[in-house]
Amino acid sequence: MMEQLKESLAQLFLLLALSPLVTGVIRTLKARLQTRRGPGILQPYRDLLKLFRKGMVIPETASWIFAATPWVVFLSTLLAGLMIPMVAAEAPFGLLGDALAVIYLLGLGRFFLALSGMDCGSSFGGLGSSREMTISALAEPAMMLAIFTVAIGAGSTGLTQIAGAAIGQSWRFLAPAQMFAFAALALVLIAETGRIPVDNPATHLELTMIHEAMILEYSGPFLALLEWAASIKQLVLMTLLINCFWPVGLQPAWFGFSAAEGIGWLVAKLLLLSCAIVVLETVNAKMRLFRVPELLAVAFTLGSLALVSTFLF
Amino acid sequence: MIAALYVSGMIVWLAGAAASLALWSRPAGARRVACGAALAGSLLDLAASAAALSSASPTVIGLPFGNPAFTCSIRLDPLSAFFSLALGALAAAVSLYSFGYLKQMEGHRNLGAFGFFYNLLLLSVALVFTASNAFFFLVVWEVMALAAYCLVSFEHEKKKARDAGVLFLILSHAGTGLLLIAFLVLASVSGSLDFSSFHLLALRMAPLQQGVVFLLFLFGFGVKAGVVPVHIWIPEAHPVSPSNVSALMSGIILKAGIYGMARVFFDFYGAPALWMGAVVLGLGVASGLLGVLYALMEHDLKRLLAWHSIENIGIILIGFGAALMFRALGQENLAALALIAALYHTFNHVLFKGLLFMGAGAVVEATHTRNMEKMGGLIRRMPVTALCFLVGAVAISGLPPLNGFVSEWLTYQALLAGFGTTQSLTRLMFPIAGSLLALTAALAAACFVKAFAIPFLALPRSPEAADAHEVSYSMRAGMAVLAVGCVALGLGAAWIVPVFDPITEQTLGVRASSALGVVHGWALSPATAHGGTISMAGIALFFLVAGAAFALPLALRWRRRTVSGPTWDCGLPGLTADNEYTATAFSKPLRMIFSVLYRPTREIQAEYEVSPYYPSSIRFESEIERTFEIRLYGPLQKLIMAAANRMKGIQAGSINLYLAYIFITLILLLLFGVRG
Repeated sequence: MMEQLKESLAQLFLLLALSPLVTGVIRTLKARLQTRRGPGILQPYRDLLKLFRKGMVIPETASWIFAATPWVVFLSTLLAGLMIPMVAAEAPFGLLGDALAVIYLLGLGRFFLALSGMDCGSSFGGLGSSREMTISALAEPAMMLAIFTVAIGAGSTGLTQIAGAAIGQSWRFLAPAQMFAFAALALVLIAETGRIPVDNPATHLELTMIHEAMILEYSGPFLALLEWAASIKQLVLMTLLINCFWPVGLQPAWFGFSAAEGIGWLVAKLLLLSCAIVVLETVNAKMRLFRVPELLAVAFTLGSLALVSTFLF
Repeated sequence: MIAALYVSGMIVWLAGAAASLALWSRPAGARRVACGAALAGSLLDLAASAAALSSASPTVIGLPFGNPAFTCSIRLDPLSAFFSLALGALAAAVSLYSFGYLKQMEGHRNLGAFGFFYNLLLLSVALVFTASNAFFFLVVWEVMALAAYCLVSFEHEKKKARDAGVLFLILSHAGTGLLLIAFLVLASVSGSLDFSSFHLLALRMAPLQQGVVFLLFLFGFGVKAGVVPVHIWIPEAHPVSPSNVSALMSGIILKAGIYGMARVFFDFYGAPALWMGAVVLGLGVASGLLGVLYALMEHDLKRLLAWHSIENIGIILIGFGAALMFRALGQENLAALALIAALYHTFNHVLFKGLLFMGAGAVVEATHTRNMEKMGGLIRRMPVTALCFLVGAVAISGLPPLNGFVSEWLTYQALLAGFGTTQSLTRLMFPIAGSLLALTAALAAACFVKAFAIPFLALPRSPEAADAHEVSYSMRAGMAVLAVGCVALGLGAAWIVPVFDPITEQTLGVRASSALGVVHGWALSPATAHGGTISMAGIALFFLVAGAAFALPLALRWRRRTVSGPTWDCGLPGLTADNEYTATAFSKPLRMIFSVLYRPTREIQAEYEVSPYYPSSIRFESEIERTFEIRLYGPLQKLIMAAANRMKGIQAGSINLYLAYIFITLILLLLFGVRG
C-alpha cells in the first residue's frame, strides 16, 4: 500500500514536471527545422509560472461551468496519466481503470472543455467546441479498433497487462497487426492532441482554430491549468503509444537505480517520437476541416487492417 | 409478504385511477389523488420487486379472474422483478415530479382523465413485466398501448399530437399482431399458454419454425422498443406528449419491448442459432448509430431526446445480440457478461432518460418552447434543473464516473472477449460493433454538449428564456432523485453486480460472479482471461481528494485576483445573443460529413436595399431527408392503400352480403374444426 502510494506520487511528479518539457522540446525542434532559433525548451515552464502569478478575467456571461472546467480537465487528465505505465510496467492506478477508462476520462475533460467554450457566448467558443467534438467523435472508431487489436493480443484491456504482454515478446511490435495498430493510433494521437495537419496549436486565426478557440476566454491561472492539462494529455497519449507497442526499458518496479534507468528510456523514447511529430508537422500543411474525416478514415482503415492481421499472421 | 406488497401496489394504482375519474370535475383534487396514488403504488412496487429480486424462489400470485383456458396469474421471477424494480424507481420519481408539473394544466385540461390513464398505464406496465401467461400478457400489453395512446394524444387539440398517437397505435398494433402469431405458434407446440411451459421450448421446434418465431418476436417487441427500422413512431410521439408521460414512455414503455425480448431470447430459447444473435447485434449497431446521427440534427429538445432513446435501445440490443451469439457458441459465462451489460444499460437508461425528459419538461414549462434555438442562459435562472440535466447528460454520454460508463464498459468487455470465441470470420463482427459503439458514444457526447450548452449556457436567445423561472419543488425533487440514482449506479457499480446473480442463474444457469469479478471489493473486472479493471468509486475518490486538497484552496486564493469582464466580441458594439453559436451551427460539420445519409437541403432568402453586404432580412431554412419515412414506409403505405382499394369491392354495404360472409366463415371454421 505504502509502496503503491510512493509510486503514484512519483508518477504524478513525473507527469507534472515532464509534460511542459515535451511541449518545449517539440516547439524548439520545430523552430530549428524551420531555421528559426525558437524560444528555448524551458519556455513552457516560464509561461506557466507567469500565468499562475497573474490575475484572471472571467466573462460576465459565464456560469460556474466556466470555473469548474479547468479543474475537471486538469484532474481527469492527471488521473488518466496515473492509469498508464510510464516507468514501471505496473501502472500505479491500473486497478482504477484500463485503456477504455483512460480514453473516456480524456473524453470527460473534452466534454467540459466544449461546454465552457459555449459558456461565454461568443462565436469562437462554439466554433471550437463544435469542431473539437466532431473530430474527436470521428477519431473514436479508429482508436477503439487499435485498442481492440492490442487488447486481443494481450487478452486484456488493462494497460499493465498490455505492457506486460509486450515485454514478454520484445520483437512483437514488428508484427503486422501491431504496426497497423500503431499507425492508426498515431494518426488518432495527432487528431486528439490538436497537432498539424488537424489543428495548429500555435494559431489564433479564427478560420482554423479548434482547441485554442475553446479556451479563448481563459486567462491567468485557469489558462495555465488548461495549457498544462493539454501538455499532460499530449504526454499521456505519447507514453501510451510508445509503452503499449514498444515497452523496451519498462522496469519491473519503481525503485532505486532501475527508476533512473526507466526514466532515461522514457525520455529517450519520447524524444524519438517528438522528432517524428516535428518532422510530420513541418512537412505537412494544415488540412481543411472537411478533409480531416478522410485522414481519420485512413486511421480507421489501418485499424481494420490491424484487426484482420491479428489472425492472418 | 412480497405478494401482499405487490398486490397492494396494484390496488393502490387501480384506486388512483378510479378516484381520478370520480374527481373529474375537481382538477386540483384529481391531480393530488392521481399523483399521490401513483407515488404510493410505485413505492409499493419498488419494495415488492426489490424483495422479490433477493428472494430465493419466484413469487406466484393467482388473480381471482380468468378461466381455466385463459388463466390470469402473476409471477415475480428475477427477470420480472428486475424490470419491475426499474418501473418502481422511475414511476416514483415521475409521480413526484407530476405533482408540480400537472399544476400548469389545472383549469384548462381534464386532469381526471389524465390521472385515470396515468395510473392505468403504470398498472398495465407492471403487469406486462409480471404476467406469466401469454393470454394475460397480451391483454395487459394492449391496455398499456391504449393507455399510452390516450396520454400521447392528451393534448388532442393539436393535430401533431393526434397524428403521433395514431402512428403509435398503428405500429403498436402491427407489432401486437406479430406477437399474437408468435405466441400462438408457441402455444401450439407446448399445448398451453403458460410462460412456464414455454421455458426452453424452442429446443423442440424445427429450425425454420424457430427462426420465423424469433423474427416475429424480434420485430413484434422491436416496435415497442424502438428498434430501427420500426422506430418511426418514437420521434413523433415523445415530443408531443406531456413531459412526465415522455419520461415514462422513454424510460419504461420502451423497456417493455426490451423485457419481452429478454424473456423470449433467454427464457424460451435455449440454444439460439448464431445468425439470430448476429441479426440482433446488427440491428443494435444500426439503431445506435442512426439514432445518434438523427439526434444530432434535431433542435427540438424533446425530439432530440427521443432519438437518443433509439440510440440507447441500440446499445442494449448490442448486449443482447452478443449474449445470444455467445450462447450459440456455448460460452455461457460470456453470455452472462453481455446480458449483465445489456440489463445494466437498461436500468441506466431508465434513470437518465427519465431524468432528461423531466429536465426537458421543466425547461419547456419555463420557456414555453421546445426549440433549443430560443433558449439559452437557463443555468442562472434554473440552477437545480441545470445541474440535474448536466448529470443526466454526462451519464448518457457514457462518461466516468457516472452509470452510463459502467454499462458501456461492460459492453466493450463482452465484445472484446467475443473475438476469441470462434475461429470463423463471424468474430470480426465483435470488434467492428465495438468500434461503431465507440463512434456512437462519442457522437452522443457531442450531441449532449449541444443539448446542454444551447439551452442552459451563455445568453438567453429569447425574451421567454430571459424571464424563465425555476420550477416547483416537487419537480426539482423528482429530477434530483433520478440524478442521485445515476450517481449511485455509477459509483456503486462493484457492489451492484451481485444483484444480477439470480437473473443470470435463471436465464443462463451461471452466476454473475463467474462472468464478472470484483477485485479487492471495489474494482470491477470481467472474469475473462486477465481482464481490465475499473473502479468508479476509486475515480470519484480521486476527484474528491484532489478537489478538496488542491482545487478548493487554490480556487479560493485565485478568487481575490479575479475580475469580471465582457467576453471578446471582435470589437463589435457589444455581445448579443445573435453572436452566439446556434444548435444548427454546432452540428453543421457533422451535417456536411454525413450528408450522404441526411441529404440536407437548404434555402436562403436575403432581402437588401442598397448593397448585398447589408441585408435587411435573411430567411434561412434547412431540412434533412426523412429517409425511413420516404424510402421504406412510403412504398409500404402505397402498397397497403392499393391492396385496400382492391379489397374495397367486397365491402359493398349490403347486409345480405355480410351475412353470407359470416355464414361462409362459420362453415369454414366448422370444417376446420372437424378436420382438426
